[in-house]
Amino acid sequence: MEQLKIGGHTMRSRLFVGTGKFASNRVMAEAVAASGSGLVTVALKRIDLKGDNDDMLQALRLPGIELLPNTSGVRDAGEAVFAAQLAREALGTDLIKLEIHPDQRHLMPDAVETLKACGELAKDGFTVMPYIHADPVLCKRLEDAGAACVMPLGAPIGSNKGLATLEFLRIIIEQSNVPVVVDAGIGTPSQAAAAMEMGADAVLVNTAIAVAGDPVAMALAFKMAVEAGHKAFEAGTAPVRESASATSPLTSFLND
Amino acid sequence: MTFYEYKQRWDWDKMTRFIEKATAADVERVLAKGVNVSPEDFAVLVSPAAAPYLEEMARASAEATRRRFGRTMQLYIPLYISNFCTNHCIYCGFNCKNQIGRVTLSQEQIEREAQAIQADGHPFKHILLVTGESPKHAGVGYMADSIDTVSKYFDQTSIEVQPLDTADYELLMEHGLHTVCVYQETYNEARYPLYHPAGRKRDYRYRLETADRLGQAGIYKVGVGNLIGLENWRTDAFFTALHIHYIQTRYWRTKCSISFPRLRPFVGEGFQPNYPTTERDLLQLITAYRLLSEDLEISLSTRESPRFRDGVIELGVTTMSAGSKTAPGGYSDWEQCKELEQFSVNDDRPVSEIVDAISSHNFEVVWKDWDLSLNRNTSKLSRNTP
Repeated sequence: MEQLKIGGHTMRSRLFVGTGKFASNRVMAEAVAASGSGLVTVALKRIDLKGDNDDMLQALRLPGIELLPNTSGVRDAGEAVFAAQLAREALGTDLIKLEIHPDQRHLMPDAVETLKACGELAKDGFTVMPYIHADPVLCKRLEDAGAACVMPLGAPIGSNKGLATLEFLRIIIEQSNVPVVVDAGIGTPSQAAAAMEMGADAVLVNTAIAVAGDPVAMALAFKMAVEAGHKAFEAGTAPVRESASATSPLTSFLND
Repeated sequence: MTFYEYKQRWDWDKMTRFIEKATAADVERVLAKGVNVSPEDFAVLVSPAAAPYLEEMARASAEATRRRFGRTMQLYIPLYISNFCTNHCIYCGFNCKNQIGRVTLSQEQIEREAQAIQADGHPFKHILLVTGESPKHAGVGYMADSIDTVSKYFDQTSIEVQPLDTADYELLMEHGLHTVCVYQETYNEARYPLYHPAGRKRDYRYRLETADRLGQAGIYKVGVGNLIGLENWRTDAFFTALHIHYIQTRYWRTKCSISFPRLRPFVGEGFQPNYPTTERDLLQLITAYRLLSEDLEISLSTRESPRFRDGVIELGVTTMSAGSKTAPGGYSDWEQCKELEQFSVNDDRPVSEIVDAISSHNFEVVWKDWDLSLNRNTSKLSRNTP
């Protein structure tokens, strides 16, 4: 299986996971391990950047795990750029998951501010991974602005509603020159598999694992689904036909 | 249009009758809608007719809360910094007529309190500063200094003080203010003056429009609520829900949270609630607010009993206080200050026991949900770059 690269970073898995909403840091770390993920996103606002004994960060000190700080909580491009610089300094990574959602209810990403911040951060040497709507034109604009990948949402964050934006994801995947990571809304392993079969390069899952009855088992289920979906994509899924193939082709007269 | 004008469309007495007349069929119709129901539907959920549906409401509330907030509980600690008050609120221990010792902590004393909280060994990162209403003793300048002082120790500062002007809030945000709690006490305009006979707080409209001023200032979070038991708690809950819905749709960059200051009947002299409530009623309120809004933060203080607080950990609450002392100076020298307290807390367990109770529900305590560096003021510099 070809390894996914985002910017200069090689990913050991196509499943990225989040760290919020878990019942304990121990369960979180076990779920991360079971998921096989190599890229784990953490909210800057949740971790103690001043000390070096943050519980969550300590639980995530696992071999092969790269941290993906996110800017959740910022409301505009200026705040996002500042937060990203802080994350780079504190965690020593150029990876940044750019999240600007001033909307406090549905956490909808702000396209205008995200595009602006993406440009600034890319120029400043960051590997920018922007979380955005499944908007094909915005994805192209972000690509132009230097995004290392695009992270369109499948459904409202935390909703577990799956690929509600399916038709737009299809267009984004079809025309993207950077990896496409479906972020937010994926609620079940089958939905993750569907995204991968469509040709998504990776998916990011948090709530569906954290809030599952058994988060560790669910993390494993997502790992298997993402691998299966990607394998199916690589194998080339057979086209779906509306009807059986006609036994007497309409064009057979050409052979007469 | 402010909330004062907006709310004129609803009449207190009419809503009271609407709530009293709701039927079981109405409740079932609303429950079938799931979460994010309208304020009118919320009114049905706090009606007497909905009481037999408490188990079903609790189930729906728990499920929606898990989906949105996960298995986590945020903890914060209140810090009372001044109990001078010029108001005459007839239900309050800080009432200016009460002959109690009055104190405003100096910045050195506030720092000592912050250190005492930290020395207790729990990584609190969210603090709530509380004062009485006395601009002479605790004005905006004093609040700004106090926020600066506690920001050395905490990442998230909330305040529960007198209502201020928009420009004051903007100034305090530059010092790192994150959240403001202002409770309306009662939304019943006609009866509000009975409880607030004198002092600046007598101005119902100025208090009611505080959330508008906060929204205009761009505050991160606004906390609302009413003093449960003062007036018909069901009708007051409807108007609180209306207020939440108004804030969420007008000031969409601002988060909303709800608290439940509740008057309980007590023996001896003192103010008795006109509309006493039970823990069952309170749970009906908590679950109804969750069904009103799946992203609403629901906060429960140490006014409630350990049994109740432990019981509702999974049922909709997202935030709790712990280890609270309600007297200025109470953390560093309780014996000296205990006479000054505003109310005696009901859940006076040490923080470690509350943490254990939360963990026993298979929940993670969240101490930190904000980083001071994310505040607007810190990024103003970077915002000026083209």
